[in-house]
Amino acid sequence: MSTTLNPPSTQKKTNRLGLEVLNYKGSKTTLCAGCGHNSISERIVECFYEMGVEPWQVAKLSGIGCSSKSPAYFLGQSHGFNGVHGRMPSIATGALLANRNLIGLGVTGDGDTASIGIGQFMHLLRRNLPMIYIIENNGVYGLTKGQFSATADLGSTLKTGAPNQLPPFDCCVLALQWGATFVARSFSGDKRQLQALLKAAIAHRGLSVIDVISPCVTFNDHEGSTKSYSYVQDHEEALHELEFVPYYSEIAVDIAEGGVQEVELHDGSRLRIRKLDRQYDPTSRMGALAALETAEAQGEVLTGLLYVNTAKPTLLDLLNLIEEPLSTLPENRVRPTRAVLEQVMEELT
Amino acid sequence: MSTLEVSPVETGHEAPSGNHAPAVSNDFSIQVATVNGSGSQTANTVLLRALFQMGIPVSGKNMFPSNIAGLPTWFTIRASKDGYVARRKEIDFLVAMNPETAREDVLKLESGAAVVYDEPLKLDQLRSDLHFYPVPFDKLVAPVCPEAKLRKLVRNMIYDGVVAWLLGIEMPEVHRALVKQFGKRKAKAADLNWGAAQAGFDWAGNTLTKTDPYRVERMDRNAGKIIIDGNSACALGAMFAGVTVVTWYPITPSSSLVESLIGYLKRFRHEPETGKATYAVVQAEDELSAVGMALSAGWAGARAMTSTSGPGISLMSEFVGLGYYAELPAVIFDIQRVGPSTGLPTRTSQGDLLTTALLSHGDTHHPIFFPGTAEECFSMAVEAFDFAERFQTPVFVLSDLDLGMNSWMTEPFPYPEKPLDRGKVLTEEDLNKLGSFARYRDVDGDGIGYRTLPGTHHAAAAYFTRGSGHNDKAQYTEREDDYRNNMDRLARKFETMRRYVPAPLLDRREGARVGLISIGSSGFAVAESSDQLWKEYGIATDCLRLRAYPFTEDLKAFVQGCERVYVVEQNRDAQLLGLMRLELEPELIAKLRSVRYYGGLPLDARTLTDEVVRQEMERA
Ligand SMILES: Cc1ncc(C[n+]2csc(CCOP(=O)(O)OP(=O)(O)O)c2C)c(N)n1
Ligand code: SF4
Ligand SMILES: [Mg+2]
Repeated sequence: MSTTLNPPSTQKKTNRLGLEVLNYKGSKTTLCAGCGHNSISERIVECFYEMGVEPWQVAKLSGIGCSSKSPAYFLGQSHGFNGVHGRMPSIATGALLANRNLIGLGVTGDGDTASIGIGQFMHLLRRNLPMIYIIENNGVYGLTKGQFSATADLGSTLKTGAPNQLPPFDCCVLALQWGATFVARSFSGDKRQLQALLKAAIAHRGLSVIDVISPCVTFNDHEGSTKSYSYVQDHEEALHELEFVPYYSEIAVDIAEGGVQEVELHDGSRLRIRKLDRQYDPTSRMGALAALETAEAQGEVLTGLLYVNTAKPTLLDLLNLIEEPLSTLPENRVRPTRAVLEQVMEELT
Repeated sequence: MSTLEVSPVETGHEAPSGNHAPAVSNDFSIQVATVNGSGSQTANTVLLRALFQMGIPVSGKNMFPSNIAGLPTWFTIRASKDGYVARRKEIDFLVAMNPETAREDVLKLESGAAVVYDEPLKLDQLRSDLHFYPVPFDKLVAPVCPEAKLRKLVRNMIYDGVVAWLLGIEMPEVHRALVKQFGKRKAKAADLNWGAAQAGFDWAGNTLTKTDPYRVERMDRNAGKIIIDGNSACALGAMFAGVTVVTWYPITPSSSLVESLIGYLKRFRHEPETGKATYAVVQAEDELSAVGMALSAGWAGARAMTSTSGPGISLMSEFVGLGYYAELPAVIFDIQRVGPSTGLPTRTSQGDLLTTALLSHGDTHHPIFFPGTAEECFSMAVEAFDFAERFQTPVFVLSDLDLGMNSWMTEPFPYPEKPLDRGKVLTEEDLNKLGSFARYRDVDGDGIGYRTLPGTHHAAAAYFTRGSGHNDKAQYTEREDDYRNNMDRLARKFETMRRYVPAPLLDRREGARVGLISIGSSGFAVAESSDQLWKEYGIATDCLRLRAYPFTEDLKAFVQGCERVYVVEQNRDAQLLGLMRLELEPELIAKLRSVRYYGGLPLDARTLTDEVVRQEMERA
């Protein structure tokens, strides 16, 4: 049943840290062959390798579900924490409070985020915790064998033919409304776009929510499902073409072309956004909401970078924390002196 | 109106002759009945402090409703020359300021008690066996407080003055207490209140004739002592334990722990050069999230904590189970109160014992510390952080509303001399030497594995954290032997804890064959009851106050040495006794009897004594 996750790496090829792609792989996937989640894992391996991210600085965080299992299948040299169902936002928050230098990489499912975990998700948005939050969205509960999740589209059917009668949550709409500073939608089958978005999310400082339509081949890939490969392929509508230019890249970028918008990200990397058939400004939250609303009415799956805001402070900024991790501060910086205790005792006499 | 610069006049009133009963000195309780939100807290604290400053052992308890303003509240101050600080059931001296409850409050008093009351209430018509002191509060407050809207607050200070005159509390001490209470910044408010206290004192001296027997005399039992509530003591403990991540959700009676901690951290945990914080406090969206954050912060290396009460503990259940199996350190303060929902949230209880000991599904056991004094709130908070990291597991500190929110006299807290224990954490250098490690392997035979922190710069540092399904290398497995091995190791770890938890405190009485076992705040009533049992009934008792779960071997030895043992606790279902049943042999269990109190008020010695005597008589 299991498939090999990653293509064989080219010999001795290394990234700017001198690490091979092997250093970014995980254990062998146990997900179904063809599961969209596997493609996302592959993109994660490629992007973290290509960007030269230090694997030991990454904390992989997840809830429960097929999607949430996947962190075991990439970045084997990064610490991972498979939490409880729907509560990945809280474990991400705790980990980053303890060590603000960690690169938080959250992977979750639509059930994990939009059903049981929607409360934590909303509050994470509000806090703008600097991390990457990938929703592997297949519209069903994969791991419990095919029940509808809260992102299943109205009228979409189960394998049994039973239709979903309730409207879905659109996680991107929620993310836009409640405070994420990087909001994107993509498709597990769209390799180029997903790569550019993932790299941009790595370069962004703030909460990056990427809702990736990731078909469940076993429970939700049939005719009548709006999260099947064929449905998404037929209805995907890319907002633009994205090109990611890392800050360390030596390639000079052509001076502003017509129809290309550039966004400079936190670490100095740039995202070049090439216009397709429509005018779209990803720095406008209202524009993003309107575009999603229209797309929904037309049955389109709108993909690309919906919104980016590079200025908003994160939770960690608001806490006025010291620069280094709280977790490894030595005793003399966390235990106040004897004189302090004496002073407090004196006040209480 | 007198000002603060003018030093207050000497008390020097001739003690009015208590012509009926012999004088009762330094042994009584005062109850102030007011309406919550009326600002009586200041007046009550000043009264308490003035007695404390006169060297008389005191304790103060606030019995308040779950309400912001307008409902009855009672503040009780106990003065006890013998140093008893548990609640005293009998009220000797009532200050009746609340028209709603005045009638019932007066009817409940024992014969011979004194009542200070607002004149228009005409309480003296209710009974003839009490000492009544009507006070025209409205008339007295007007001249000392020209601003009408402040009168409701300042009025309370008048009873401080009246009570001071009646009991012989020294006015300079009232003054000192007031200054302390308001601090330098609120000198004007202090001034206003001092005027009111003096007005009450002077009026009483000119008008009243003392007939009741209660009075105070200066002692010197409090030299060097402090007054603090248990929650502030826990907060200080957490700060001196080097807490770095605090996540919480407000709930009475736990909120004041974190609020007090925030106050201390703001003062003492910012780096002087940069002003940056060496801690993070996050108010989470609920307790489920709060504990998730704390456990994960612990996973990533922080000294992490959360604080809550029963309803929050219920929400934390699943995560704490994960904490047990994934072996994540965090300290969870549970300031116990009564019941769920609208269930007496402002009343005390010891009802979370079984819940916390066994919280979550599957086979889970959690260590619990039971502080029983304000000093232990401090020292056990410090110790709990070390313990959590040493044993890589959630640790509960089980306090309660009585201990947490009421005022206790104590010796000043000693500075923690033991360096922080960060437990078995492998660093980059360790890994360079070792080459690799297995997260859940029992290398040392104590059940505790070695861990690494995320962010450790080494290719072999990473491991994958998940629930119970893992082998000793932290790899996912569903194999029977792996699962059982891990479960057995966790049980071994729990056994190791037994040798490291705080040991019980034993108080022996010559010739005792009966034992009294208690935990936490019950210890105060137990000590007093033990004296009552001896002095009044000739029953000698040994007292054992347990201070942690898992229980140490001392418990077994204690029960072995007694003919019968009363297990005293503040819940209906004998939860402590239930936990003991899980550990003791049948012949020891057969010696255990149960004394339970669950009325929501702090346990008092008389209730306990009566119940022990009843059971002893039944036996005979
Ligand atoms: C508290 C709790 N309730 C229910 C479950 C059972 N459960 C496991 S995974 C899952 C749904 C996962 O769906 P999703 O997040 O969409 O992930 P997918 O498997 O589709 O990738 C459920 C309901 C659980 N693990 N915990
Ligand atoms: S059940 Fe669906 S979601 Fe789960 S692994 Fe299989 S294809 Fe993927
Ligand atoms: Mg799903």
